[in-house]
Amino acid sequence: MSLEAQTIHRETFVINLGPQHPATHGVLRIKLTMDGEYIYDAEPVIGYGHRMHEKMGENRTYAKYLPNTARMDYVAAMFNTHGYVCAVERLAGITVPERAEYIRVITAELNRLASHLLWAGAFLIDLGGFTPLLYTFDDREQILDLLESVTGARLTFCYYRFGGVCNDVDDEFVAGTRQFISRLRSRMPMYHALVTKNIIFRKRCEGIGPITAADCRRYGATGPVLRGAGVAYDVRKAEPYSIYPKLDFNVPVYPESDCMARYLVRMDEIVESMRIIEQALDQMPAGPVMAEKVPKFLKPPKGECYFNVESARGSFGVRAISDGTDKAYRLKLRSPCFSNLSLFQECSRGMLLADALALLGSLDLVIPDIDR
Amino acid sequence: MTILDIQTRFQAIHGAAVTETAHSKHGVHLDVTVTPDRIPDSARLMEEAQYTLEAITGVDWLTEKQIEILYDYTSYASGTRIAVRTRVPRDNPEVATICTLHPGANWHERETHDFFGVKFAGHPELTPLLLPEDADFHPLRKDYGT
Amino acid sequence: MTINNEFILEIVRLVLYAVGLIAFAAFNAAYLSLLERKIPSWFQLRYGPKEVGWWGLLQPVADGLKLLTKQLLVQRGADVVLFKLAPVMVVIPAIMCLATIPFSETIVARNLNLGLLVIFSFSAIHVIGTMLGGWASYNKYASIAAARVVAQNIAYEIPLLLVMVALVMVTHSFNLHTIVDQQAGGFWHWNVLRLSASPLMPVAFIIYFICMLAESNRAPFDMVEAESELIAGAFTEYSGMGFGLFFIAEYANIVVGCALGTILFLGGWHCPFNLLPGLHWFLIKMYFLCFTVIWVRWSFPRTQFYGLLNLSWKVLIPVALAHLMITAIMLKLV
Repeated sequence: MSLEAQTIHRETFVINLGPQHPATHGVLRIKLTMDGEYIYDAEPVIGYGHRMHEKMGENRTYAKYLPNTARMDYVAAMFNTHGYVCAVERLAGITVPERAEYIRVITAELNRLASHLLWAGAFLIDLGGFTPLLYTFDDREQILDLLESVTGARLTFCYYRFGGVCNDVDDEFVAGTRQFISRLRSRMPMYHALVTKNIIFRKRCEGIGPITAADCRRYGATGPVLRGAGVAYDVRKAEPYSIYPKLDFNVPVYPESDCMARYLVRMDEIVESMRIIEQALDQMPAGPVMAEKVPKFLKPPKGECYFNVESARGSFGVRAISDGTDKAYRLKLRSPCFSNLSLFQECSRGMLLADALALLGSLDLVIPDIDR
Repeated sequence: MTILDIQTRFQAIHGAAVTETAHSKHGVHLDVTVTPDRIPDSARLMEEAQYTLEAITGVDWLTEKQIEILYDYTSYASGTRIAVRTRVPRDNPEVATICTLHPGANWHERETHDFFGVKFAGHPELTPLLLPEDADFHPLRKDYGT
Repeated sequence: MTINNEFILEIVRLVLYAVGLIAFAAFNAAYLSLLERKIPSWFQLRYGPKEVGWWGLLQPVADGLKLLTKQLLVQRGADVVLFKLAPVMVVIPAIMCLATIPFSETIVARNLNLGLLVIFSFSAIHVIGTMLGGWASYNKYASIAAARVVAQNIAYEIPLLLVMVALVMVTHSFNLHTIVDQQAGGFWHWNVLRLSASPLMPVAFIIYFICMLAESNRAPFDMVEAESELIAGAFTEYSGMGFGLFFIAEYANIVVGCALGTILFLGGWHCPFNLLPGLHWFLIKMYFLCFTVIWVRWSFPRTQFYGLLNLSWKVLIPVALAHLMITAIMLKLV
């Protein structure tokens, strides 16, 4: 049904989705102008969780800002810290020892696994299937236990420091990670049989919520949203950082541009992350985990730089401008979910409400990342 | 369009200063400074070259009494990153909008307006995005709160 | 009409049955709601409610007490009469249907010759109740849900009736007691395997089951109260016992649907191996069907609304019509 083709006067009504709503994954408000069950216009209203992280970046020393970075996208917090730490290291010209780079990649990819597992469960709940959430959370618990043994936190990690990481990993962590990966690998067929091949799930996702590559390019969407539209852009391959050039992994791309494509991209990314972790564990050398002679109160020289990492949700970028003091002059955080949500208004026009919610779920939004 | 073509096209814009930068040091491949009236031209060039607008950053240079607006573009095809920057006077910061060419700029410009008070001429709806609807203050300015 | 012992006995019998049915419905609603939380806990690797009473057996009591103590709010602008009438309109038909269902050879409240027809008539009323509840709430989410419930229930009444008509053609009776008596013997006499009447009988049972799920608005057909979209759908504005009545109605509908399925297709109170017929077999079969209903709810995601309607109009109705034709043909030939 094309709304443009209608010439009959239709009565539309405005309904609010949120800010308290089970399907919006945080405090997001969407002002829907509905024509019956069809969406005439969907305007996202954000800012309910705005805490002014960028101003806090200017008021705190570089090291004191590290816990802040984990509070933005708290589901995949390692990536935010990674982006910030690498941006400042780039400014200050600090080189990180190899063992620390490997540990960073292992913990970041474990966090990507946890984030995608949480998303898979939450996406299914949006569609009405409650049980897979408990299974993905079971796997995610094991990841959180592993990360807790190393970093001390389960959700908001503050593990990376300028010049490396703060603790070394022990053999127990390495053995536990290998065991977990073999367990998760054996569970992937179960997820595919339970969820991916379920006819109701397929009907809810195939052909629903098309986001084309042109839409992504116009709005700056990155991550699985972009790769589910057929564009093979991954920051780890396009602007390689850390030790990703040494690792052999694929970037899953699906050209169908529907919710199913985005779901499959994330499921394949789980498999690829497991490969990355195994290779990193094999290749990890012995050595120090912290660079030497990193001053306690870091005062990078005047200048500016940009650093972006491939977060679980897309390209997370940090632009740090330093004026030579121990506090940043300007810290800009480029959040992936912000750009991913900005295309919702245009892409959800004329859709049924249930389909628009499936689209919203497949964008994998964490609202505090948008609001910062 | 190769990066060399883009560089030449940028240099052809009146009043532009183009520098090639080392990606490993600055994170961008090309750094372009233009005058504020040439921002739509640069946006048009980036749109033709199939670049995506990733972020709009505002920087408040209090001592120089200028606000710098930085546009970060990236190419999904080649992974090249270009930063286009311009400076506007702090007392009356105004620059033309690019959201007709890059729809993603709609929200980024609203956010920059929230934080710095920069007016984007021609923007369809420059209302607060992250701040409350009735906010009339601009928190990221360096003299905010004093 | 002379007032003598028989008359008084009849009155006493009626009162006992009325109270018994309401108690049965309420007790089932309470403990099915506990099972609804315990059974998924087995699938989902967790405990269900276990704190209140041993194995959580006092949980429904706690839930009921909680609902009774809540203030009954009526939104300003809501149609008060319809708002308060809606839960009643949804609960009473479910209990009325139980009046004609025979639980065993001797236990039946009213053995009506048109028992099946009575059940159909009453089970169609709850749609109006839900719709009124949604509309009278003066809430946009509830209005959307009210519109959905009408479309869904109308669509799924039709295959249900077609399957029932085919069955009545075979059993030559609307009397539920007679229908069960025809299924005496082993499980090969059950209507679900009565291939001499129509080779599509098992399919008819599946159609009946799906329609029963859709009529009681259970997942995967719970568009009406799609939690992640419409919060609680038509019941969003109800608090306290108003919501409790809808809750009881939902489980009473499930019990009626499962009981009817047992009677019509699975042999009622007869043992599968012709040993000890009785009430216990009826209850075992009925609760097995209830378990399947709960099992299906927690296993599948929700369909889209047009998928739901397409299933009914484009799949179930043609198959039910085919079943009806085949039954008629075989009735004439055999």
